[in-house]
Amino acid sequence: MSLFAAVAEPAFVVPTMLLDISFLALLVVVAFAIVRMRSLFGIVMLQGVYSLVSACWFVSLDAVDVAFTEAAVGAGVSTVLMLSAMLLADRKSTPVPMRRQVGALAVVVLAGMAMLYAVGDMSAYGDVHSAANSYVGMDYIAKTAEEIKIPNVVTAVLASYRGYDTFGETVVIFSAGLGVLLLLGLNGNSGRWVARPNGQMLNDHAAPSAGLATDNRSEEQRAEPDQ
Amino acid sequence: MSELFSQYNYVIVIILMMTGLYTVFASRNLIKKLAGLSVFQTSVFLLYITIGKVSGGQPPILVEGGASYGTDVDGHALLEGTIQVAAGGGSYILPGPGSDVLYSNPLPHVLILTAIVVGVATLSIGLALTVRIREVYHTIEEDEIEEKDFIYNLEGTAD
Repeated sequence: MSLFAAVAEPAFVVPTMLLDISFLALLVVVAFAIVRMRSLFGIVMLQGVYSLVSACWFVSLDAVDVAFTEAAVGAGVSTVLMLSAMLLADRKSTPVPMRRQVGALAVVVLAGMAMLYAVGDMSAYGDVHSAANSYVGMDYIAKTAEEIKIPNVVTAVLASYRGYDTFGETVVIFSAGLGVLLLLGLNGNSGRWVARPNGQMLNDHAAPSAGLATDNRSEEQRAEPDQ
Repeated sequence: MSELFSQYNYVIVIILMMTGLYTVFASRNLIKKLAGLSVFQTSVFLLYITIGKVSGGQPPILVEGGASYGTDVDGHALLEGTIQVAAGGGSYILPGPGSDVLYSNPLPHVLILTAIVVGVATLSIGLALTVRIREVYHTIEEDEIEEKDFIYNLEGTAD
């Protein structure tokens, strides 16, 4: 019955609705599967699937730039990063006893209820006249043609109007890369030294990673046992 | 159905968000926690993009005015304003009175583009920390890490 009601709507609404409903249903299924799953490989793969499905959904919501960034960065780079971290760390996660989950479940349900209570105040989906769609966003569309003179408004805002934002983002990426290098080390020496609370350094025989330190050396180090 | 549908996206996005949050809270495995964080993050992106959607709108790429869109192989006229790339210097069709072109709000898209990249930065730092923790503690399960910390603080040695 509801389908007949939908046919009376403008032609664009029905396929968009169907896409929306199916993509969102898929996302919910994948998210629940991530919660249930114990194999870390499966979790990482499902996380990639989740990103890719949401990228598809972004296309149906006209956010094409976001979609290909999400597909490349969210589904691509993130998955590769998580996969490599998983290979360096562990393959399985141990199950959490039920009594440890109750608190988390209560907090999540409460927060979810509070947010659902506020949903009524959100503007209707696709509303042209909502506050979010009225002022500055539409201003960018009106002014890009004459001020920046390129057709892609998102690029114009990203690189010109909010250029400092993008510069800050680049700084964040740079510091993240620097942080990863400092944490993991470039020379394979990471994990061989451990700091004590009072500032003294322990050698790797006394460190918690004593057993691992020998296995963790690279091929070159293994070839030269003296080092 | 439209009225019923108008808040549907928000409800699902909240469910997804809470699922991600639950994974972060409940799981004791650090990598699973980070996967949950990613799910949470992506759900926030979905919320923003939903807000920026305009019914009947098209991607915020300006359509060049006066361009001929031609016909497809069957001879049907191509839908006006599907995909056009302006060579620059042309006049663009803007939304407003007397114009039948509508664009979705570009501002949430820009904000989320930044957020996606920053999300990968935080994820990579988190994963590097996880790998480092695994090197020192031989485990990425939070319970076992805490246990080892407890013993270490008690006796001065782990293991």
